[in-house]
Amino acid sequence: MDKPAITRRDFFTRVGQGAALAATGGLIWSYLLRQQAQATPYAIRPPGALAEADFNASCIKCGQCVDACPYDTLKLATADAGIPIGTPYFIPRETPCYMCEDIPCVPVCPTGALDQALDDIDNSRMGLAVIDIENCLSWQGLRCEICFRECPLQGRAISIEHHPRRISKHAMFVPLVHSDACTGCGICEKACPTEKAAIRVLQADLVQGEIGDHYRLGWTIDSPITQDFKAATDAAASSAPATGLDYLNEGAP
Amino acid sequence: MTSPGRPLKTGPNGRPVRPFVMPASFAGKLYVWHLLLMRRAVQLGVLLLFVGTVRWGWELAGRPVLTGNLSSSELFGLVPLADPFATLQIMMTGHLPLQELLLGAAIILVFYALLGGRTWCSWVCPINMVTDLSAWLRRRLNISDVFHLSRNIRYTVLALALVLSVLTGVAAFEWISPISMLHRELIYAIGLGWTAVLGIFLFDLFILRNGWCGHLCPLGAFYALLGRLAQVRVGFDTPSCTHCGECARLCPEPQVLNLKEAAAAGMIASGECSNCGRCISVCPEDTLQFRLRYLIDTPNPSETTEPRQRRAA
Repeated sequence: MDKPAITRRDFFTRVGQGAALAATGGLIWSYLLRQQAQATPYAIRPPGALAEADFNASCIKCGQCVDACPYDTLKLATADAGIPIGTPYFIPRETPCYMCEDIPCVPVCPTGALDQALDDIDNSRMGLAVIDIENCLSWQGLRCEICFRECPLQGRAISIEHHPRRISKHAMFVPLVHSDACTGCGICEKACPTEKAAIRVLQADLVQGEIGDHYRLGWTIDSPITQDFKAATDAAASSAPATGLDYLNEGAP
Repeated sequence: MTSPGRPLKTGPNGRPVRPFVMPASFAGKLYVWHLLLMRRAVQLGVLLLFVGTVRWGWELAGRPVLTGNLSSSELFGLVPLADPFATLQIMMTGHLPLQELLLGAAIILVFYALLGGRTWCSWVCPINMVTDLSAWLRRRLNISDVFHLSRNIRYTVLALALVLSVLTGVAAFEWISPISMLHRELIYAIGLGWTAVLGIFLFDLFILRNGWCGHLCPLGAFYALLGRLAQVRVGFDTPSCTHCGECARLCPEPQVLNLKEAAAAGMIASGECSNCGRCISVCPEDTLQFRLRYLIDTPNPSETTEPRQRRAA
C-alpha cells in the first residue's frame, strides 16, 4: 500500500512539530534536573565524594555505599529529601560518619563517584564543622568542650582556645575548628548538647571564605618588602635581652 | 468449538476461527496463567533478593547475595551488574566510570541481547506490575484514550535523555526515572517516590493505554533497540494461525504482532516485543511459542500458503 503523498509543506510542518515537541519536553526536563541540582550544596556526602558537579555526573544511585556502611549512616535520598533523588548522603545530627579506618563505603562504589584513591579517612572532606558562637555553651563561659572531646581528630580538627577574662570571671575555653584537618564527619554535631546543635557540618563551600591573593600577610612571607622586618626580628632574637634593673631593693639591708 | 448459531468463519489456512476460551478448571486456568505467574515470580524474586540482602543481610556462603539496586549491583560480592542505559548516560556527562561499572553494563547488555532486550521490561522492571494493573483495569472498565501518541516517541525521549545528559552534566533519565525511584524506595526507604508511580498508574489507566511502557519510557526504548539482536523470541507458526486476533487484544505492544511480518520471519521480530508471553497464553491454535532465533527456520513467504503440520505442543 502506498502512503498518502506528503507535500513539502506537510513535511516541514511535521519536522517543526517534532522539533518543538522535543524542545519543549527537553526544556521542562532540564528545568527539573536543574531544580534538583540546586539542592546539592545541602547534602553531606560519603567520604571520598568527588566535587559536587563531578559527583552528580557520576553517581549511579545504586546504594552500594549505603549497604556497606556498618553504622547505617548513609541513606539514599528519597523523592522528598530535598536532595538530588537517589544520591547518598547523611544527616550528622542523626547518625554521623564514624570514620571507619578501612572506609568500607568507598571501594564498593562502581562508578568512581567516591574517589577510590582515598586510603586514609583523615583525608576525607565530607564537610566542615562550623560553630554558632551565640549558642555554643563554651562561648557563654561554661566548661562544655564536648565537641572537642568527641572529635576523632582532637586537637587537630577542633582545638580549645583559652580566652582569659577580667577578674572575677574564669577564663573561657572555646572550641575552634580547623579546616585543614576537619573531615566533616559530624560526630561533634551529634554530640553537641544544645537543643539545636551549635556546631554543625555544612559543605565547606557554603561557609568558607577566601582571603584573596592581593592581601600580603607580611609576617608569613619572605619578600623584598618584608626582609627588613625579618632582619630586625632576627637581630632582636639573637641579641640577649637587657638585664632588668634591681633598684627597688637597692640599699636594703 | 463454535456455537451452532454463529456463522462459521475460517482463517486464511482454511481452518475455523476459534475464540480463546478460558478453561473452567483451575488447573487449566493455571496453565493459561503460567507465564504470567512466572513473570510475577521473577519480578518479585529479584526485588526480594535486593530487599533481603540490604535489609535482612541475606548471605550465601558468607557472601552478600545481591547488593545495590537495578541501577548497579553486585552478585555474591563478585559479579558486577549495571544498567547499561544508566552507564551510557553517565558516560555522556563526560565522566568515565570505573571498569567495574563498564564490565557490569557489558554483562547486562549481553544478557538481554540474548534474552530479548525488553525481556527486562516484562520480567524484571518493577513498574511493569503497576502498568499491568492499569492495563487490566482499563480492559475491565473499557476506558478510551484521551489522545493519540506515536509509540515511536520513546526513541525521541531516549535521544533527549542522552542529549540532556551532555548538556546538563547529569544522567538525565536517572535523575527523574520513576522506575529507579520505585525500586530504590522499596529497597532502602519509602519516600514520596510512590507519587511518581501513582502518576504512571493514572496516566496508563485513564489517559493513554500502555502510556508509559509503550510510548514514553526511554529505558524500554533502549532495550527495544537492543532487542533487535534478541535470540529468545516468540516464534510464529504461520500455517496454524487463523487470524483470530486474540493475541493482539492483550498485547501491550500490538504493533509487533504484524502477522505478515511474523509469517515472513517465522517469529515476532520487533525489538519492541517484551517477551511477556501474553499472546502465547491466549493463542487458541498454539501458533505462538517461545523459540530460539537461530532455531527458527525462516519460511519462504511463497510456501506459507500451504498448511504445515502443526507442531506438537
